[in-house]
This record gives sequence, C-alpha cells and structure tokens, in this order.
Amino acid sequence: MAGEKAPGEKKPGEKAAGKKKTGEKKPASQKEVGEKKKKIKKRHASRNPVLARGIGRYSRSAMYARKALYKRKYTAPETKIEKKKKEKPRATITKPVGGDKNGGSRVVKIRKMPRYYPTEDVPRKLLSHGKKPFCQHKRRLRASITPGTVLILLTGRHRGKRVVFLKQLATGLLLVTGPLVINRVPLRRAHQKFVIATSTKVDISGVKIPKHLTDAYFKKKRLRKPKHQEGEIFDTEKEKYEITEQRKSDQKAVDSQILARIKKVPQLRGYLRSTFCLSNGVYPHKLVF
Amino acid sequence: VFKRFVEIGRVAFISFGPHAGKLVAIVDVIDQNRALVDGPCSGVRRQAMPFKCMQLTDFVLKFPHSARQKCVRLAWEKENINEKWAATRWAKKIEAREKKAKMTDFDRYKVMKAKKMRNRIIKHEMKKLQKMSSKKGKKPEKSEKSDKAQKSEKVQKAQKAQK
Repeated sequence: MAGEKAPGEKKPGEKAAGKKKTGEKKPASQKEVGEKKKKIKKRHASRNPVLARGIGRYSRSAMYARKALYKRKYTAPETKIEKKKKEKPRATITKPVGGDKNGGSRVVKIRKMPRYYPTEDVPRKLLSHGKKPFCQHKRRLRASITPGTVLILLTGRHRGKRVVFLKQLATGLLLVTGPLVINRVPLRRAHQKFVIATSTKVDISGVKIPKHLTDAYFKKKRLRKPKHQEGEIFDTEKEKYEITEQRKSDQKAVDSQILARIKKVPQLRGYLRSTFCLSNGVYPHKLVF
Repeated sequence: VFKRFVEIGRVAFISFGPHAGKLVAIVDVIDQNRALVDGPCSGVRRQAMPFKCMQLTDFVLKFPHSARQKCVRLAWEKENINEKWAATRWAKKIEAREKKAKMTDFDRYKVMKAKKMRNRIIKHEMKKLQKMSSKKGKKPEKSEKSDKAQKSEKVQKAQKAQK
C-alpha cells in the first residue's frame, strides 16, 4: 500500500517535490514551469494528503477520480516507425480455381491454423552452440595444393591420373582438369582427401576460369516428378550421362589457356599423360611427391 | 687382409649418431672402444667417439698424437681431404643415394624416360652386333663396339643433366 501510493504521489507532486528535492533539478524545472505557464496553469499541490510517511489518505482508484484522469488521456505522437508497424501483413489471398461453375476464385488464408495439436508438450531443447549448417562450414585447403599444382587422383574412374588443379569451389571440392586432350579428364571436381599433391606446379597465373563453374554446375541431376505410373518413371530418369555443349565449350575455353603453359615445360605433357602406379620396392611413405 | 688401420691421423667417416655423414680425423686412442676425434673442417668438435660409429677411409693425415685443433686443420687443408673425399666413389655413391631419395614424382618420370631411351639404344646396338656376327664374321664387330659406347655415353650425360 505504501509502495503503491508513493508513485501516485510523485505524479502531481513531481514538479513541486522536484523543486524541493534536488538543487540540480531546480533551474530545469523552473524553466519548464515558466514555459508551460502559457499553456497550462500552475501545477496543483498533491491531492493526496499524507497520513504517515509513505501512506496517503486516498486509494489509487480514489486518486484517479480526484485527479480527473478520466478526462486527461494523453498519447505520444505517432512516430514513423509505429506508422510502419501498423501496416499489417496480408492475411488472405484470392487464388483462381479451375473447373466449371466454380465461382472462379477462392479466398485462401495465408497463415493457416495448425492441423494437429500434440497431446504431450514437446520438451524444451537444450541450448547448443557452434552447430553450423554445411554451407557455413570452414573450408580448408592443404598448403601443398595451390592453383596449378599437378595432383594425382586416387579414387574414381580416373584413378592414377595426373591432373592440373585450378581452384577450390565453395563446398571445398577441388576443380580439376586433365586437360582433356592429354589424359581424358574433363573439368571435374575432386575431393581433397583423395588426392596426392605433387610438388610439380604449372604457372596458371593469368588463366581466367569462367565464373559459372560452381558446384551447382557440376552437381548430378536427378529427375523426381512421378506423375505417371511407376513403369514410366524408370525411362525418363537419366540413365546415360550426355555431355552438353556448354561443357564442351567451357572445357575448350579453359584447356586452351592451360595447354599453352604446359607446352612450355619440357616433358610435362608426357608426364600428365602417364599414370601413377606402385611397384615392388616402392613405398608411398618413402616417396617424395 | 686388412688395409685400413686405426692410427693417428686416419680420416674416418661417421656412419650414425648426431654427426652422421661427416669426416673426422683420429687424434688419439682413449681405450679399446673410443678415440679422441676432431673434424675442424667438417664441423665436428673435438670429442671422444666410439669406434663403432666410425668407418675408416683411405686417407691418413700427418700430425702427432693429441695435436691441437689448429694442427689438425692445417694437415687437413694441406692434404685437401674435402676435395679428395668428394672425388671418391664412396662419396659419389652417397650423393647419388641422397639425390634419388629427393626425387619428386616428375623427376622419377623423367628418369624413367631417359632410362628407357638409353636401354633402347643399347638394345638396338646389341641387335646390330648380333646380326653382324651371325652374318659376316669377327672383323666388323670392333668398329661397331666403339659406336655403341659413344651413344650410351651421350644418353648418360643427358640423364645426369636431367637429375
């Protein structure tokens, strides 16, 4: 009660109390009083006589009536932000509907009520930290792999082939090319872990690799729209991979630049044509690549 | 039976240990297993070293036992041991082994190609000689042999340059 009344006292008696309490506030409050004399009359003293310190004579609701706050309701002027906030998002949308004698369109709710309420509440999950999705993972590249390095592929259909490294793509895979005329390895992605980096490097400083060669370009395409019966699905899916014209033109564009530089180094062309193999007495941990 | 002896001034090659691969001169013998050893021109401080890790070379220097490092150095430089050592087959073999171990993948490819070419030439000459000997007799053989030697030398030079 005492606590409730104390803030109640502060409102009407604020200026008067403010005057008495702190000397710092005095000039400011005096200024305000002087300004507001044009508009508002002098402030009324506290309408709530004090019974004891911190305890007023009238209750909160009685004070409301005494101060005639029912008449005095002020709102702050509406700011631009609030105006913007008032713009409510669309709740419904009208969609066209096919068919005869159907009315042509329906009014559909954009955000619908849930169609299922679980009988048990889902327990609150514990906070986790640092669990990022794959696209935000940190990509690393071994220091031995720089643009122009000759790599030895270890897995895949091109295993054992020596290949020129071009750049690392956004997912971390390495973009690599034969070149095609030398060892039949096209522009392809290779995984860093399944590759040996040799110390032989081709100078690829001026070579411009087209920017549209990204992971999406190389990703395997799969059709999955089964509208018909199951028997027909297996025919429409890509059984055999067909080389598109774009791939051929990209291959040419990149390889023509690289081949010129390969020809400058003696015996490099033959080196790239050859494949890597182990034989008796050859131990990978003792080889210097 | 034994040609190289442990004596004062014998130059030895250290085969293992912290100073592996360096040359030292035996300055004095401590006991049955150890010698006082010094390698002023090869970066080995004067110290005791067991005989087991030393392999004796053909070189002997002249200085009195327990001579100080300055004397050992003078004797070493007078005899030009460093150059003599580099000219020996032993040192060349060591160097070749090191080079082979350092070969990169590309180097190995180049060596393979050079060897292949060399062998081809040799085989070609051999076949020629065999043909000659089976057809004519012994006279033309001698002139052909010198040709073959010259050709193989050329290939060896190419190999060394590539290495």
